[in-house]
Amino acid sequence: MSQSLRLGAVLSLSAALCAAPVWADAPQEATLANGLKVVVKVDRRAPVAVSQLWYRVGSVDEVSGITGVSHALEHMMFKGTPKVPAGEFSRRIAALGGKENAFTSRDYTVYFQQLANHTLGEAMALEADRMAHLNIAEADFASEISVIREERRQRTEDQPTGVLFEQLYAAAITANPARQPVIGWMADLERMRADDLRQWRERWYAPNNATLVVVGDVDPKAVFQLAEQHYGRIPAHTLPARAVLPEPSPYGERRLTLKLPAQQSYVALAWPAPRLSKLDEVDPYALDMLAAVLDGHAASRLPRTLVREQRLASSVGASYDMSGRGASLFTVIATPAEGKTTAQLEAALRSQVGKLAREGVSEAELARVRTQLKAARVYEKDSMFGQAMKIGQLEALGFSWRDDAEIDRRLDAVTPAQVQAAARRYLTDDRLTVAVLAAQATPPGQAPAAPLTEGGAHVR
Amino acid sequence: MFANWRAGAALLLISLGWLTPAQAVDIQRWQTAHGAKVLFVASHDNPLLDVRVDFDAGNRRDSADKPGVSDLTLTLLDAGTDALSEEAIKARLADLAAQLSGSSDIERAGVGLRTLSDPAQREPALALLADMLARPSFPAALLAREKAQMLTALREAEDDPAGRGERALRRLMYGAHPYALSARINADSVRRISRDDVLRFWRAHYTARRAVVSLVGDISRADAERIAEQLTARLPAGADALKPIPPVSAPAQGGREQLLHSGTQTHLFLGMPVLRRDDPDYFPLLVGNYVLGGGGFDSRLMKEVRDKRGLTYGVSSHFSPMEQAGEFEIALSTRNAQADTALKVVEDTIAQFIAEGPSEDELAQAKRHIIGGFPLRLDSNLKLMGYVSMLGQYDLPNEWLNRYPDKVAAVTLAQVRDAWKRRLSLAALSQVRVGPKPAP
Repeated sequence: MSQSLRLGAVLSLSAALCAAPVWADAPQEATLANGLKVVVKVDRRAPVAVSQLWYRVGSVDEVSGITGVSHALEHMMFKGTPKVPAGEFSRRIAALGGKENAFTSRDYTVYFQQLANHTLGEAMALEADRMAHLNIAEADFASEISVIREERRQRTEDQPTGVLFEQLYAAAITANPARQPVIGWMADLERMRADDLRQWRERWYAPNNATLVVVGDVDPKAVFQLAEQHYGRIPAHTLPARAVLPEPSPYGERRLTLKLPAQQSYVALAWPAPRLSKLDEVDPYALDMLAAVLDGHAASRLPRTLVREQRLASSVGASYDMSGRGASLFTVIATPAEGKTTAQLEAALRSQVGKLAREGVSEAELARVRTQLKAARVYEKDSMFGQAMKIGQLEALGFSWRDDAEIDRRLDAVTPAQVQAAARRYLTDDRLTVAVLAAQATPPGQAPAAPLTEGGAHVR
Repeated sequence: MFANWRAGAALLLISLGWLTPAQAVDIQRWQTAHGAKVLFVASHDNPLLDVRVDFDAGNRRDSADKPGVSDLTLTLLDAGTDALSEEAIKARLADLAAQLSGSSDIERAGVGLRTLSDPAQREPALALLADMLARPSFPAALLAREKAQMLTALREAEDDPAGRGERALRRLMYGAHPYALSARINADSVRRISRDDVLRFWRAHYTARRAVVSLVGDISRADAERIAEQLTARLPAGADALKPIPPVSAPAQGGREQLLHSGTQTHLFLGMPVLRRDDPDYFPLLVGNYVLGGGGFDSRLMKEVRDKRGLTYGVSSHFSPMEQAGEFEIALSTRNAQADTALKVVEDTIAQFIAEGPSEDELAQAKRHIIGGFPLRLDSNLKLMGYVSMLGQYDLPNEWLNRYPDKVAAVTLAQVRDAWKRRLSLAALSQVRVGPKPAP
């Protein structure tokens, strides 16, 4: 099949390929005339390559009524083109010994293959073919959307923590589409049409909205050549303007009490937090370091105080992602220890956060986190997939892989005063959303009395 | 190029030729003075070191009246040593940026350490690991805390229909065999565990003669030898031999169980004990399973249940080879109303596969995938470590790994058909169903 594609491809490398300056161990990049950016990082530890195609589209680009469309389209990308029938993509990659799959996040949709280095061109031919020629057949869509509904049932509706996080985001964020679940609300999955996906694809799937990342035992020039050969003919198109994603300031504390047939209780706290939009901001780095002080290593603060010293929690974690395109949350989530109530645990968590604002963190605590970061930069080199992820994320979020070192430098430079200032500014009671999932001792085996996860919009 | 992707034989040869010489992993082996097995792979690409020390101390070594002692023992290794408190251990690990991870399953328990290979970090981190293994203090107060943690975890596990189903299936498949002990841990047995139980378990099982030390990373052979001695020299002597694990007597007729669970989906599990590590049918069964349900989107189960009918998000089958017969298992979940339909499709697909085996094309595809993808299994230190420590655990030779692709290539259609017919049957599969009560 791809023979024709291959023969027809433009083989000449034009001036459009502007190779970047090269230094040891660093990635190299080129941009095709149609706007597709290609980043290659050489890692010769094994004769393999990982290839990831990042489209800059995810659930933050979706509007109410079609939530989940990015993810649904990701599923349908395996359903064939005029030249490659449904199911053939997976079969051909498998025949090459490769592994392949895809994932969708709030910010991006990524298709990847891991395979023997000498088969990279074949994988690229298939990936380029579906970028340009995907066929979304009605019957395939009808079957696949029911698969996606099963995915939602399995991973969200029947998982207490799945419901908890979905509800926490929807409650803590008011207007920004980051409040929507990536998989989409069930009601939207019930009424979604194949045409929604076709339009979504036409709008966002273009070489000028994508980055190809390859890591492995490859020659960068050869990879650029393959990219030109397979993607070069796909025309660029004008991308729609990205909506400015709104988020009004909170007016006071919000509280959510979840009733689920679960035996384990949870307490979650969430504060809207800034995302990193420019490299030279301060607060996102400070919040990132703070999350690591609280929960980033063996001796971090929250497990030490709440699990080991006070024995109020059986587990506790803090999380913040500065890198999204939409609204971000700083979250703390914990489960009560044996015999402790969610109220006791919530009070203890709030007291820990209050202490941060009053007393800040110590230079020693930050030094310990810097030690972790430094080692993590070595440890992450053990995974080719992880290295590709890092490059792809930066590119998809509007940064460059070159910014990686600068981001590290800025994290290292965070001071205790900056952390305390960020905690005071963002982790306040008036900005807080508390979600409590209190264990309900319902008799096992009853189907849920009411749909708990669709905001009352369950259709069927 | 794609035009001849069906020409299996040609592609197979190419893959093999490309793989074998360059990819052979150089695994060095020796024994420490106290009898511990050591496996070492030098890897100098990145300045890091991974170490694991594993013991025959998994759940199968629990006693039937107090399952859970094995897990608790492992959990408490970093709760304090003769020299350091729990907090001091954690602070030191953090300052060294060393990553400690306990892992336990049915057959083994052990501790892994990832550290920078620079001696400034590496040496203190290894000294700490050696102390945790050989001089744990098992403080009584922390035993109480960790028991409470286990009770919480048990309750949390009751909220997960997939976990409940797996455990129920394990009990059905293995009955009174030690391989079911992990699924018999309960609140009552945990409450009854004493510090003496833990101490006794540690003394009997965390011994040098039963230790497997695996090292992958940026160190020399001489360093590896010294480290292996350091990690095992002070371990308990443990004079008594452990009881051999008895063979599994799998019933010809599998059991059935229905567990009630609130939810929108019903979870289905089918399984039976089948595969030993040294099983003569090892490769025919594993290669065949790629076709049935091991090959992801390329497998029959995924095509029949998900792609054609949209009944589930995921369905797969797998073998877990163990010292004695490990399980063959299929798991899926589907909307409550269509559970019977999905189960029927799964059963029909299995029955047909057992009766007829794969086609020539399917077998060729399975081999191409497994052989062609073999280098992906070894492309990081962490993945290598998984294989290296497994070879040590089961006393398998280096050839097992380095000749794996050849063994797969040699599997014939007749062998696959024969092995599946002899070793599996629909009737012998135990079945567990987890979900709301079906409507009358």
